[in-house]
Amino acid sequence: MPEAGSASWHRRLVLALLLAPALLWLVGLIILPHVDLALLSLRARVAPREFVPSLAQYRTFFTEPLYWHVFVRTALMSALATALTLVVAFPVAWVIAKVARGRSSALLLVVCLIPFWVSETVRTLGWMILLRESGVLPSLLVHLGITAQPVELLYHDATILVGLVYTSLLFMVVPLVGSFESLDNELIEAAYDLGAKGGSVLREIVIPHAAPGITAGCIVVFMLTLGNYLTPTLLGGKNSQWFTEQLYTQFITRFNWEQGAALGFLLLGLSTAMVWLGLKLSGQRFSDVMRRA
Amino acid sequence: MPAGSAPADLEVRSLSKHFAGHAAVQELTFSVARGSFFSILGPSGCGKTTLLRMIAGFLQPDSGEISIGGRSMAGVAPNRRPVNMVFQHLALFPMMSVAQNVAFGLARRGVGRSERLARAEAMLERVGLGGSGAKRTDELSGGQRQRVAIARSMVLEPTLLLLDEPLGALDMKLREHMKLELKQLQSAFGTTFVYITHDQSEALVLSDHVAVMNQGRFEQLGTPQELYYSPASAFVAGFVGANNRLPGKVLHAAGPLVEVEVADSWRVQARPHGTLAGGAAAAVFLRPEAATLARAAGELPGGLSVHAGEVLSLLFDGANSVALLREPRSRLQLRIALPQTGALAELQVGERVCFGFDPERAICFPADTHA
Repeated sequence: MPEAGSASWHRRLVLALLLAPALLWLVGLIILPHVDLALLSLRARVAPREFVPSLAQYRTFFTEPLYWHVFVRTALMSALATALTLVVAFPVAWVIAKVARGRSSALLLVVCLIPFWVSETVRTLGWMILLRESGVLPSLLVHLGITAQPVELLYHDATILVGLVYTSLLFMVVPLVGSFESLDNELIEAAYDLGAKGGSVLREIVIPHAAPGITAGCIVVFMLTLGNYLTPTLLGGKNSQWFTEQLYTQFITRFNWEQGAALGFLLLGLSTAMVWLGLKLSGQRFSDVMRRA
Repeated sequence: MPAGSAPADLEVRSLSKHFAGHAAVQELTFSVARGSFFSILGPSGCGKTTLLRMIAGFLQPDSGEISIGGRSMAGVAPNRRPVNMVFQHLALFPMMSVAQNVAFGLARRGVGRSERLARAEAMLERVGLGGSGAKRTDELSGGQRQRVAIARSMVLEPTLLLLDEPLGALDMKLREHMKLELKQLQSAFGTTFVYITHDQSEALVLSDHVAVMNQGRFEQLGTPQELYYSPASAFVAGFVGANNRLPGKVLHAAGPLVEVEVADSWRVQARPHGTLAGGAAAAVFLRPEAATLARAAGELPGGLSVHAGEVLSLLFDGANSVALLREPRSRLQLRIALPQTGALAELQVGERVCFGFDPERAICFPADTHA
């Protein structure tokens, strides 16, 4: 008996040690800060260093139209950016998975990956060099005689979308490539053989097969876009009105951590609700989707 | 529809296809009569899949012409050909129910929802799967999946049904069963089947006509009986059915026969295929059941050429039981059928026996490089 007992104790210790890093990370860096932020968001300052429990921070969000406006705008822009990323990534992933062979397929994936060797800041600054009024593209347009004056291409919603799609592309391409690679070519041929055309093969065979991969890519891209700070701020300037900027302002500029924490939780709630809605609408199960991601 | 007594559903003329300098299909010309079961039999890499994919329209031929039901298929896309295919791995759509699989082609033709589901159900009934329409494809057994694949094609009433080794993935027992079922389905539907396989037993059992394909060409096209009893080449003799191959050299003609010296030591007589000059390298093919086994030469019927052998092993397999003999002079191994009467049931390994065969039933071909 003592031997069996020590063996099981030993096994438990090994298991605990193996799980320790993950648990430390989960508890220390995710759960604890969130508990603290939750407590922060649920109090209001009545006098210097004097706080009372209150829902005032959340009430402010619902009574202040600016927050609402930015909140909805961020969600819609993120959804639009996700949809655009899907449209751009779909043919790219198809070529990598089904058209290109062997080395050229691997090379194309590397080409998609290369921009990520540079930091996001540098990548975004690259867009600014291209698009600002004195930048490459406006001078080219003047040179070609398309515009009389250099136009400012930065600080539009379209500019933000371009930047977001560019930043997110890889996170959509990778799960799509995985989905397409697991699609047996025989199924596509069988569909053609039974009289299908390109459009119906896409609708009836490719998209149903790739649905978990498409959903996985959309969730990842949507989350990244919603929580992106750098790209909307640099490319959209003052007009960007991204929700993460409101968070930044509350925490850093206004030093109003209570309000910032409440906005943070609202953002978390928003993204969770959107992902849930997306899964419901596409009829996918979260566990299936995560296995593909 | 072409006029004439035996209209051809498939006509292929001088069809060729090359891949990177390698000829996959070379100058093939043949036709398949309406309502027949036609098999293309060959080892892997012989070009049979390439040929089938050209008929289905997935590959463009380099030269030559394919007509289906009397209509040229040049420039006709696979989704517009009156041809359907049963794929090697069946390619049932896992995202659809059984009924949706069968109704898929009808939906592409614009048949209304209620009508196509009724027709799908009627077709499932015909293949013995009535009431299974709502099932998922992975809930079916291997044989049922195969029937769904056939139903999915047949519901479109194609002129030609192509089958790409559909039995290859099944286990032995199911394969035997499905062979029978395929044959019955084909005669029930009366549709022309073009079947490709590397399994000679499938081809012999199922087909009205078989083309034996090797290195992009047809070695022989004929009924299963013709292929078995009068092979046109050494390749066909070696590939179709079990055969003993005895390599040697032609000594001289002996009337309508030739005398061949096998392995520089053993003389046998055989019926020559074509003309064989003395001194030419040749191979004699003798089927296991063409020879008779006996303990002593006197027990053999008269008129046979008699040879000696030593029993190496006995391979009991019911009606297909054979004795593996070694001919003492050439040291070659031969498979000789054991009599089904059980007369030699107590034969022992190591025993010296005699075997005899009618030289007319041993065929001598010029030596070829393969097989």
